[in-house]
Amino acid sequence: MSEKSRTKKIVDDTISAALGVIPDEPGAADPSFDAPVSGHDTGLADYYIVGAEIGDTKAKTDLPVEQIWSQRKFDAKLVNPANRRKLTVIIVGTGLAGGAAAASLGEAGYNVLNFCYQDTPRRAHSIAAQGGINAAKNYRNDNDSTYRLFYDTVKGGDYRARETNVYRLAEVSANIIDQCVAQGVPFAREYGGLLDTRSFGGVQVQRTFYARGQTGQQLLIGAYQQLERQVKAGTVKMFPRHEMMELIVSDGRARGIVSRDMVTGAVEPHVADVVVLATGGYGNVFFLSTNAMGCNVTAGWRAHRKGAYFGNPCYTQIHPTCIPVHGESQSKLTLMSESLRNDGRIWVPKRAEDCDKEPTAIAEEDRDYYLERIYPAFGNLVPRDIASRQAKNMCDEGRGVGPLVKELDDQGNVKMVRRGVYLDFADAIKRLGEDKVRASYGNLFDMYAQITGENPYKVPMRIYPAVHYTMGGVWVDYDLMTSIPGLYVAGEANFSDHGANRLGASALMQGLADGYFVLPNTINDYLADATKHGGIKLDDPAVVEAVADVQGRIDKLLAINGTRTVDSFHKELGRIMWEYCGMERTEEGLKLAISKIRALREEFWTNVKVTGVNEDFNQTLERAGRVADFMELGELMCVDALHRRESCGGHFRAESQTEDGEALRHDDQFLYVAAWEFAGTGAKPILHKEPLVYKAIELKQRSYK
Amino acid sequence: MNVTLRIWRQANASAKGQMVTYQVQDVSKDMSFLEMLDMLNEQLSVSGEEPVAFDHDCREGICGMCGVVINGLAHGGAQTTTCQLHMRHFEDGAVIDIEPWRAGSFPVIKDLVVDRTAFDRIIQAGGFISSNTGSAPDAHAAPVGKLQADRAFDAATCIGCGACVAACPNGSAMLFTSAKITHLAMLPQGQPERYLRVKSMVAQHDEEGFGGCTNIGECAAVCPKQIPLDVISQLNRDLIASLFKKDGK
Amino acid sequence: MAITGLILIGFLLIHMYGNLKAFSGADAYNHYAEWLKTEVLYPLIPKGQFIWIFRAFMLAAIVLHIGAAWHLTKRAHAARSTKYVAKKTIQQTYESRMMRWGGVILAALLVFHLAQFTVQAIHFGFKPGAGAYEMVVAEFQMFPMVLLYAVWVGVVCIHIRHGFWSAFATLGANTSAKAREVLNALAWVVAVLLFVGFMAMPVAVLAGVIK
Repeated sequence: MSEKSRTKKIVDDTISAALGVIPDEPGAADPSFDAPVSGHDTGLADYYIVGAEIGDTKAKTDLPVEQIWSQRKFDAKLVNPANRRKLTVIIVGTGLAGGAAAASLGEAGYNVLNFCYQDTPRRAHSIAAQGGINAAKNYRNDNDSTYRLFYDTVKGGDYRARETNVYRLAEVSANIIDQCVAQGVPFAREYGGLLDTRSFGGVQVQRTFYARGQTGQQLLIGAYQQLERQVKAGTVKMFPRHEMMELIVSDGRARGIVSRDMVTGAVEPHVADVVVLATGGYGNVFFLSTNAMGCNVTAGWRAHRKGAYFGNPCYTQIHPTCIPVHGESQSKLTLMSESLRNDGRIWVPKRAEDCDKEPTAIAEEDRDYYLERIYPAFGNLVPRDIASRQAKNMCDEGRGVGPLVKELDDQGNVKMVRRGVYLDFADAIKRLGEDKVRASYGNLFDMYAQITGENPYKVPMRIYPAVHYTMGGVWVDYDLMTSIPGLYVAGEANFSDHGANRLGASALMQGLADGYFVLPNTINDYLADATKHGGIKLDDPAVVEAVADVQGRIDKLLAINGTRTVDSFHKELGRIMWEYCGMERTEEGLKLAISKIRALREEFWTNVKVTGVNEDFNQTLERAGRVADFMELGELMCVDALHRRESCGGHFRAESQTEDGEALRHDDQFLYVAAWEFAGTGAKPILHKEPLVYKAIELKQRSYK
Repeated sequence: MNVTLRIWRQANASAKGQMVTYQVQDVSKDMSFLEMLDMLNEQLSVSGEEPVAFDHDCREGICGMCGVVINGLAHGGAQTTTCQLHMRHFEDGAVIDIEPWRAGSFPVIKDLVVDRTAFDRIIQAGGFISSNTGSAPDAHAAPVGKLQADRAFDAATCIGCGACVAACPNGSAMLFTSAKITHLAMLPQGQPERYLRVKSMVAQHDEEGFGGCTNIGECAAVCPKQIPLDVISQLNRDLIASLFKKDGK
Repeated sequence: MAITGLILIGFLLIHMYGNLKAFSGADAYNHYAEWLKTEVLYPLIPKGQFIWIFRAFMLAAIVLHIGAAWHLTKRAHAARSTKYVAKKTIQQTYESRMMRWGGVILAALLVFHLAQFTVQAIHFGFKPGAGAYEMVVAEFQMFPMVLLYAVWVGVVCIHIRHGFWSAFATLGANTSAKAREVLNALAWVVAVLLFVGFMAMPVAVLAGVIK
């Protein structure tokens, strides 16, 4: 047995042990595949292999759901405070999850190495979240409770989230608000001095805490300040402008990372007792998204390639309230907080011929407030996926507004479509007055005016859906540990809490829950045995090999010297993903997308042009590495979307809808998490199903009518 | 529209920089300033030249990563971040000078990219409330009057972009430092460390080599988050008060 | 900087008030001058001593003020060693831009002023040992001297226009946008008052109202 395959065997065995996988057939092709037992597998044998079922083994699911977290905290092994500083924790990412975890673990006494690609940890993209953060505080006396937040989150996620994780999220949500207030986060307050709350997309209680339109920034700065406090205290060492390029796995355990210093180009290994990835979502696979330009999947993808399963990659949230695309040079999309839907009314003209008129010139009776019409109970506050898809439907019908945008249809023909719907505050301004509206939404209105050059107090805003959040991510168990022992994933980077769709104001909650309250209480269970695993030296073969891999990949990118720029590849990948793996997916489209991505990837590795050298501040090289990983991820997303022949949450399969065009779930076939195992470059990925069991909650078909 | 750009190119921290002229054609007025730079970089990449390095990330005006001096004014003088500046602010045929933030405490890394870690060290000196995870009392334990909360918030909107330093004739980072001081000083949770905080942060500010404030107000005039100049007075008041407080040590 | 600056402004206000005594005639003016030199705080302290304590105090304020300015200037230069190729400003006033060079000019002319009227090392139109009233009348009957004085007082007032507001801002009084407006308005009032107050007497002498 060669060194490499021996390592692989150990990885497999350790993973199997950690996951409780049925050991007979890990990674083996599903024998029933050629004679499919269920319809959805038909004809997809070319795309993936079905492996063994997996499950979480850390949560004691025989207990009532409200006792599971307490029990887990009690059962988790502890690390003696005196031993903590001998243990090194690598945390990649400094957003709400990473920053909070680094600060908390530093505070607990561990030796923390914290990495981020930005120039300072305060810039992680959590900062851009506007709307708010949910917490089951019931300060409004409106029947809110931990259970209700749990229920809403599972329901909002279209029953595709793991019950135990979600309950814990709801349980610790109240502590988050306490923690943040203690840190000096300036939440909005009422005149009486108490915290103000508002209701947010998809729920009927007012449990969303906010800080004007920049809740994310205020929460992140809170975490950042705690992080800097630990840097000063010497427990955390920061590595800004460092990008994680590879995970180091030795004897089946995550033992460190290889980073690239983005200023000098130095490729360096860092070893530790445990590695945490808190690297955010991968929405930038679509090129145009509300993510920051630098957001990428490299950390998670590298871990996936080393054995971490990737959960539900196709679950993408398309956010309904973004500023529409202005033209082909668009580099990113700007989200406006969904809170706008609280007071704004969404409409399009009833008649297509009115679409080029000034909105104020369209009479009330000629406007179609389509969300209020179709969903009278929730109106403009329907969940994001519904609001997004209906906006697309309106535009597809030819009733969109705004400038005509060039698009290609499936046959490659050019067509001109208006991609936008109105979000109108005229009623709210009449009812509340302009000052009140300005107080609640002023900065969002300013932002809109800044970008479009239009005054939203006078004319309705134009909005259109854009890729915003990825519910999918690296598969983790209840402890947030991946299928690689010693590798944890927190925040948006993991798949755990939002199922197929995330509720508004829940991303901040999950990031901080993972960072402040979950990881610091679960990671100790692994670290308690860390001394048994022994240290790892920088000359360990696994370390040397990982560094060589990274160096090899960089050298290869620089050596191609082709004719196409990195961005042109990224844009093309994005177009494919948006067209075929966006708001509406079909088997035909996804198969086409996969073949297109494969061809594009091939071209990338032979024709990309990366200027400059490695030993420099080289942004083109940085992007090239990220796009290379996005190409692989994009294919897996399409495979996942292809295999899940049902509509759920953010994933809408045209083949699975009700007569009136609503999403149709198939709980009989798809009540599971799809955890994908990497089987080698170009090899078919292996699907491990984690069945979803709902004990505390009754499984229902979602209805917002 | 077409524009002529004169951009500061500097290979690395120790190299000598200079302004280099480029032409960019067919710029749309709806493009953001950074999208216009993207266009230039695509052109440069295709022709095999090294693209212009500039910092940017969220491109929605909140992360604080982007920032260049445009025609002599930080972020173009539009009280917004560079990423939120749009080409409709420029005339067709405009000549646009683009330079990095210039301050001794913000050394140039490459082209338009500077090192702003001095800000992190100022925060490390005391820009926080020491509150350990899990030890917080209920969020409603200490009510905060709306006016106080709003003033704290206004100061807390600072995104740490560094425009204040870039614009200040003295190269002072007082607006940044005092925004943090004011944010935390307005809240009841910030009181126990209030006077120690102001002393340590000002000391660190000076140690980083930033200049002193002479109340000119150029900082607030370019601040993308419109942090008011009065936060500096708040810092001064706290600093003076700290001389008479035991907890200011 | 702020405290010493405000001390100097306070001194100027009193000095200006004293100068206006010239309008009350030679006796009143000379008596005032004599009183300043010998009798202030007498008999609490011996005759003629207060003036020396006061001079030492003023000198200390000036030295500290200049020292602080020197220090700030040095720091500012160090904080921006590489200059901008193109630099514009939005907020900066002419007065605030003139603080450093204005300070140097006014200090130089202060030396000239003291050399003339206090030490009487330089004397135009009057003999050493002349009385205070005689001295100023002789001096300001010369148009160039009035002009030079006007320039100097102008520089001082421009310095004070920014300095007054800035001093209060440094001491923490700029609590809001409103406070800033008030302080800036007050700074204008003080600057204009000082200019008018200091120029009234020389102009009157030149015009022959005071002889």
